[in-house]
Formats: sequence, structure tokens, C-alpha cells
Amino acid sequence: MTAALDAVAWACLVAGALLSLSAGVALLRFPDLLSRMHAATKPQVLGLLLVLIGCALRLRELVDITTLLLVLVFQMATAPVAAHMVGRAAYRAGQCRNDLLVTDELRRSGSAPVAGLRSSQSDGAGASETGRRG
Amino acid sequence: MRARAVAAAGLTVIWMLLWGSFTPLTLVGGAVIAVIVLAVFPLPVVTHTGGVHPLGVLRFAGRFAVDLVVSSVQVAVLAFRFGHIPRSAIIAVPLRAPSDLGLTLTAEALSLVPGSLVVEVDRSLGVLYVHVLGVPDAAAADRYRRSVLDLEDRLIRAFGRPA
Repeated sequence: MTAALDAVAWACLVAGALLSLSAGVALLRFPDLLSRMHAATKPQVLGLLLVLIGCALRLRELVDITTLLLVLVFQMATAPVAAHMVGRAAYRAGQCRNDLLVTDELRRSGSAPVAGLRSSQSDGAGASETGRRG
Repeated sequence: MRARAVAAAGLTVIWMLLWGSFTPLTLVGGAVIAVIVLAVFPLPVVTHTGGVHPLGVLRFAGRFAVDLVVSSVQVAVLAFRFGHIPRSAIIAVPLRAPSDLGLTLTAEALSLVPGSLVVEVDRSLGVLYVHVLGVPDAAAADRYRRSVLDLEDRLIRAFGRPA
């Protein structure tokens, strides 16, 4: 029984580590910031989940498992927000390579980034954006 | 009032989990700190008209787990496909039943799955602008838009009808 649990824990830890490695490789290889954000924020969700499961199977203490659970909850609650904030800032700053986009419905809608800046209290980002684009 | 009680209870549980001990002291201490935190940083009011449907939650959670694994593998494969530059797209998805909670849940679920990133949210119109990795053509973009709407559909079936 213990051996079986250890085997599952081993598999989870290795799979999680491999996913983290793929995130690192993608970070180096992907062409622009938005693509890299996918690699930087996402494989770690499943990768971290697997590592946590692996740890839980090895530790087998209720106190440790609840702490691991907290790590997972906070990670899953905060990772999307961080990814969104960086992605949004990157798009507005023109750090997105348009030649790699099949379609950009945000620009085509014509409303979102600039109008969003105008409607919210402008924080000076508008000027730098138009400067970069022009 | 009920929402604040739930929030206080949740914060107390987190406090006890952080201490890792379930004694009366951590319970009372956690409750006191939860009340102070909620008084100093009040949460915005969330309108939640529906309930929680266990079967819908199960279906959503199961599909979410599958999506998570499948797209994690897809992004990992893209990372190791040398000599191939992945193309992507920014797709506008007007949600069918936009509400603050529905918008937030859909965006969170989308953002946790690899390959999709919410770049911009139009709260008044209920439109999510999603950056999707690995989109070869316009047909794939359309398929993706439909899959986001299906995700919203599963969320609504799980957590009731957004107002």
C-alpha cells in the first residue's frame, strides 16, 4: 500500500516537474509577450497541482495536507489575476506582435483599450501608448 | 449580511488552516481577525440569484479537469516543437448572460486553462477579449468562441442563473 502510494507520488512529482520544465522552455521560445504569458502562468497550474498531490501522498499528515490545499487555493485564485494584469498591460503598451495574430477582434471592435483608458481615470498610460503606436 | 457571515467563516477557516491547529484559541482568534478584516476592507456586494447545483458542479469540475490536462499537454508540445512559431488570435466573446459573477467565474476558469488569456473585459457589454495560443485560422477562432460559450453554459448550470 505504502509502496503504491509512493509510486503514485513519484509519478505526480516527475510529471509536475516536466510541466514546469516545458513552461521554462516555452518562456524562452515563444515569440511575444502574450504567448509567453501562457507558458509562464499556465503549466504551473497543473504542474503545481501534480507536485502538491505528490507531496500530499508522501507526507500523509492532515496538517501538511491542509497547508498544501491552501497553497493550491491561493495559487488558483491569484494566477489568473496576475496573468490578466500583465497581459492587459502588454496589449495596451503594444507589446503584442500583430503579424502572429490570426485575428484581433479587440482592435477591430475599436473600443476597448483606448476607450477603457478614457472612461477610467486616466493614469498617464494613454500617452505612452499612443507614442509607442505612432 | 449572509454573504458577510460566509466570508467571515471562510476567513476563519483559512486562519485555522494557516496555523495548522484546530483549537478554541485559533477559532476565536480567527473569527476576531476575520471581523476586523471585513470591517476594514469590506467586500463589494455580489449579486448571486442562483443556487449551487451539485450535478452541474460535478459536470463543470470534470470537464474543467479534462480541459486543464489536455491544454497543458498542448502548450507543452508547442513549447518543444522547434522550428514552429505558434500563431494566436484575440477573440471577442460576447457572453450570453453577462453578470459580474458570471463574467468573473468564466474569466477565472478560462485563465486557469493553458492556451487562453483574458486580455480585456468589457463589463458593461459583457464581452471577454481572449488571447488564444495556437490558432491556425479563422475557423479555429470560431470554434474557440463556441467552446467559451459552452463553458459559460456549464458554469450557469452549476451555479444558477446569473441575474
